Amino acid sequence: MNVIETDGLTKVFGDLVAVDHASISVEKGELFGLLGPNGAGKTTLISMLSTTLPPTSGVARVYGFDVLREPSSVRASIGVVFQEHSLDDRLTARENLDLHGRLYGMEKALRRKRMDEVLELVELSDRANDLVKTYSGGMMRRLEIARGLMHHPKVLFLDEPTLGLDPQTRVHIWDYIKKLNEEGVTMILTTHYMDEADHLCDRIAIIDHGNIVALDTPENLKAKIRGDIISLEVGDGHQMEPLKQSMIKEDFVRDVSLRNNTLRLTVQNGERSIPPILSIAAQSGIKIQSVSLRKPTLDDVFIHHTGRAIREESASLMDRIKRRRRR
Amino acid sequence: MKALQVIYTLWLREMLRFMRSRSRMIGAISMPLMFLIILGPAFGSSLQFRGIPNYLDFLTPGIIGMTVLFASMMGGVSIIWDREFGFLKEILVAPVNRFFVALGKAIGGVTTAMIQGVLMMVIAGMMGVQYASFYGALLSIAVMFLIGLGFIGLGIALASKIESHEGFQMVISFLMLPIFFLSGALFPIEGLPTWLEYLVYVDPLTYGVDALRACLLGTSTFPLTLNLFIITGFAMITISIGAHLFDKTAIS
Ligand SMILES: Nc1ncnc2c1ncn2[C@@H]1O[C@H](COP(=O)(O)OP(=O)(O)O)[C@@H](O)[C@H]1O
Ligand SMILES: [Mg+2]
Repeated sequence: MNVIETDGLTKVFGDLVAVDHASISVEKGELFGLLGPNGAGKTTLISMLSTTLPPTSGVARVYGFDVLREPSSVRASIGVVFQEHSLDDRLTARENLDLHGRLYGMEKALRRKRMDEVLELVELSDRANDLVKTYSGGMMRRLEIARGLMHHPKVLFLDEPTLGLDPQTRVHIWDYIKKLNEEGVTMILTTHYMDEADHLCDRIAIIDHGNIVALDTPENLKAKIRGDIISLEVGDGHQMEPLKQSMIKEDFVRDVSLRNNTLRLTVQNGERSIPPILSIAAQSGIKIQSVSLRKPTLDDVFIHHTGRAIREESASLMDRIKRRRRR
Repeated sequence: MKALQVIYTLWLREMLRFMRSRSRMIGAISMPLMFLIILGPAFGSSLQFRGIPNYLDFLTPGIIGMTVLFASMMGGVSIIWDREFGFLKEILVAPVNRFFVALGKAIGGVTTAMIQGVLMMVIAGMMGVQYASFYGALLSIAVMFLIGLGFIGLGIALASKIESHEGFQMVISFLMLPIFFLSGALFPIEGLPTWLEYLVYVDPLTYGVDALRACLLGTSTFPLTLNLFIITGFAMITISIGAHLFDKTAIS
C-alpha cells in the first residue's frame, strides 16, 4: 500500500493556482522530496496532506484515509514539522513535548519514556528544562523535529527543515533525518536547496508554479540530462555574448545559458568537447580564462525543466524567518 | 474521557503560561487596580450617588467584573497570537476535536481571569470593603466563571475571524471599553436617560456586575436568578459560536 496517494490534487487561492493537479504516490519507508523555489506550492501541498487546508479539487489519501472525509484518522497517523516556528516559546522543551504527547493521547509513562528518547535523539537532553525562547534557531528546529516524532507517526512531513540554518546545523539535521528514515519512518520533505534534496531523498518531485514538472530518483533525473556541463569564464566580459553566439551554432552543444559571467554549456561528451570549444574560441579571438567540466546537478535538472535556476531565497523572506525565530 | 483529556491539556498550557508571566499579570490588573484605588476614594468623597451609602463598596463588584471582562476577552483574543507565533498549527494538526480544544482554551483563560478577579476582591477587602457573607463571596467566584466564559467565548469567536493586530486594537476600543462603561460598573443603572438605559440593558456585563453585587453586597437591581440566567445563556451562546468558528479555522 502506498502511504500517500494523491490524484489531481489542486488548491486555488482567488485566481492563483497554488497547486495544480498534483498526482504523487509515496511508498512506505520512502524519503520523498518536493523540490521547488519559494512560492512553488510546496507548503500548500503539505498543508492539504496534513488536513489543515481543504483542497479545491482532487483527492488525497494518507495511509488510506481521505484528507477531507477522515481528517482525524489522517492526523493520528502523521507528524508535521512546519516551515514556520510552531513551538510555545514561553514553555520549556519538556513542557512542549509533554503537551504534544497529551494531545496525541499518550499515557504518562509512555510520554516520559518517549520524551527522553526524542530529546536524546536531537541532543537537547541537557537543555530540556530551559524555556524555548532561550534556544537558537537550530535548537528550535531540532526540538520541532523531536516533537514531530514524539507520538511515533507513520509519516513525517518536514517543511523546509533546514531553512535559515547555518551549514553545520543543516548537516546535523540531515543526519537525524537519515537516521530516522533508516529506522523506517516514511518522510515527505520539502526544500528549495538542491544539495539537500540530492543528499537525502529517494525520489524527488520538482515543483514549479504549482506543477510537478519532473518526478524520479535524483540519479535518474540527472541522467535524463544526457550529457555533461561545461562552464567557461572569459577575461573580458564583453566577449561573453560573441562566445555564446558561436557556441549556439555548434552541433555538439545541446544547451547554452549565460549566468553570472559564466557560460554554461550542456554537451554530449564533456572530455571530447573541450578541445573544439577552445579552438573555436581561439579562432574568434576570445581568451578563455577557465574551463570546468562536471556532471549535471539537480540545479541543471531544474533549469532543464523550467528554463530558470532556483533563485536563492530573497532577503525579505530570510529576514522574516529570522524575526520570527527571535520572538 | 478523550474530551476531558483534551480540555485538560489546553487548560494546563494556559496555566503553565500564566505562572511564567507574573509581570503580565501585574500589567493586567494594574488598570482595574487604579480604578479601585483612585476612583473609589475620589468619587466616594466628592460625589454622592443616589441610594449608595458607600461608593467604594459599590464600585468593587464593578471592578471585579471589569477585571474578569478584560482578562477573559484578552484570553480569547490571544488565539491571534497563537496563530501569529505558530503554535496554533501544532494544535490544529493534532487528532483532537477542536470544539474541546476551544473549550479547554476557554476554561484555561477563565481560570486566569478568576484568579485575577479573586485577587481584586481580596485587595478591596484589605481596603475596607465589607462583604455581605462568606458564602456570597464564594458564590461570586462562580459568577466570575460565568462572566469569564461568556466573554472568552466572544474573544475566541472574534479571534477566529480577525487576521491581524489592527483588528485586535479595534476589539479593544470598540468592544471592550463600551462593554465596561455601559455595564454599570461605575454608576448605578437606575434612573438613567432612556437611550442610555437601553444600551445598558443590552450589555451582558450589566447582569454580571449586578450578580456580583448581589453576591458580595447583598443588594442588586435585578433578581440574582435573572442575572444568573442571562449570563449563563450568554456564556452558552458565545462559547458555542466561538468553538464553532474556531473549528472552521484553516491554515496554510
Ligand atoms: N492562504 C493563502 N492565501 C493566498 N495565497 C496563498 C496562501 N498560501 C499560499 N499562497 C500562495 O500560494 C503560492 C504557493 O505558496 P506556498 O505553498 O507557500 O509555496 P512554497 O511553500 O513552495 O514556498 C504562493 O504564490 C503563495 O503566495
Ligand atoms: Mg513553503
